[in-house]
Amino acid sequence: MTETTQATISAEIAALHSDYDKRRAAGMPPLDSPLVDFAPYRSSVLRHPTKNPKLVDPESIELASPAFGHRDVAAVESDLTVQHAGEPLGERMVVTGRVLDGEGRPVRHQLVEVWQANASGRYIHQRDQHPAPLDPNFTGAGRCITDADGRYSFTTIKPGAYPWKNHVNAWRPAHIHFSVFGSAFTQRLVTQMYFPVDPLFPLDPIYQSIPDQAARDRLVAAYDHDLSSPEWSLGYRWDIVLTGPRATWIEPEGSDA
Amino acid sequence: MRGTPGQTVGPFFRYGLEVEGGGLLVSPGSPGAIRLSGTVYDGSGAAIPDALVEIWQADGAGVIPTAEGSFHRDGTFTGFGRVHVTDAGEYEFWTVLPDADFIAVIVFARGLMDRLHSRIYLPGRSDAFLESLDPAERATLVAIETGDGLRHDLRLQGENETVFLAYP
Repeated sequence: MTETTQATISAEIAALHSDYDKRRAAGMPPLDSPLVDFAPYRSSVLRHPTKNPKLVDPESIELASPAFGHRDVAAVESDLTVQHAGEPLGERMVVTGRVLDGEGRPVRHQLVEVWQANASGRYIHQRDQHPAPLDPNFTGAGRCITDADGRYSFTTIKPGAYPWKNHVNAWRPAHIHFSVFGSAFTQRLVTQMYFPVDPLFPLDPIYQSIPDQAARDRLVAAYDHDLSSPEWSLGYRWDIVLTGPRATWIEPEGSDA
Repeated sequence: MRGTPGQTVGPFFRYGLEVEGGGLLVSPGSPGAIRLSGTVYDGSGAAIPDALVEIWQADGAGVIPTAEGSFHRDGTFTGFGRVHVTDAGEYEFWTVLPDADFIAVIVFARGLMDRLHSRIYLPGRSDAFLESLDPAERATLVAIETGDGLRHDLRLQGENETVFLAYP
């Protein structure tokens, strides 16, 4: 398995995407999720269900969501650059955006968690032992609570690409992991945010596990110059949309939305 | 608006999703406390050592908690728990039996492309959905009573694969 080349992986990805395109052409609606059965990501082979999930109407517990607040998360946890005595190395940046439901309404006062590699592409995790330096001033984990507009904001440094052993010379595009709660447990999402025009996109079996190009594009943040600060940091914007059933939304009085 | 796709939780999520006492919805040994535990298995029957399990449930009176503090509970029952499995693929929560048919559960793992929703039904409880399943499927969703609580394994693939859920 360690002898598998990028060419083999790329050919497998192309075949699975071609199969998806054919099903789309035959009238299948677009898919907003990854294919769970996606062998180019080798670790997935024995870890995906082989049966279709059972469609079920959610019960009241599934239409509610765990509640988090400022008792759970300190304000300082949204700045990944101030967790140590010194400043981390790397390109300082702000990543911000809104958590929305499928109708575009803000998901208010909910938890967003992030974790990422350092600027050298090294995770602090014990199992990441590749020879890139750890940064004593960077852990790479942060949390925040969305505001009344559903907005989250993190200050961090841009993560590097990192090598993994899926196949020979496998490199992950730079990304930040996001864990998000919605207003219903059915909307629970863990995903990864990427950066514009990464040359590793076509090669990466995890990014490409999403067979729909438009859906893949939704994982890529936009560089936003208005979010950049002179002599300080660059800015990226990325909105997260949590679809799926939720408790009935009560329209505020006087609203014609 | 179209939804943001999920992605695997990846290999190195432990430090990003660590919650101190994440499995202690109540204190072990407190009145009504039960142990809810199980093993997460892959398609070869091997335990998965890098999975994450979250539960979400009503309280002993059937009330769905709305109080903040799911990470810093401070004695409040918040209904939410999160644990990393052990190297042997074991998860363990201390909680109470909800006055409800089931506890909602989500599993994440390295190698699993997207989170999986399921339910842990309490022994002796049922609903129309559970009854609609054939006996083998049903068995994958019902917890087993143990001396101090419940045991419920999660099998991501293979024989006795757990029934996972999609919502319309």
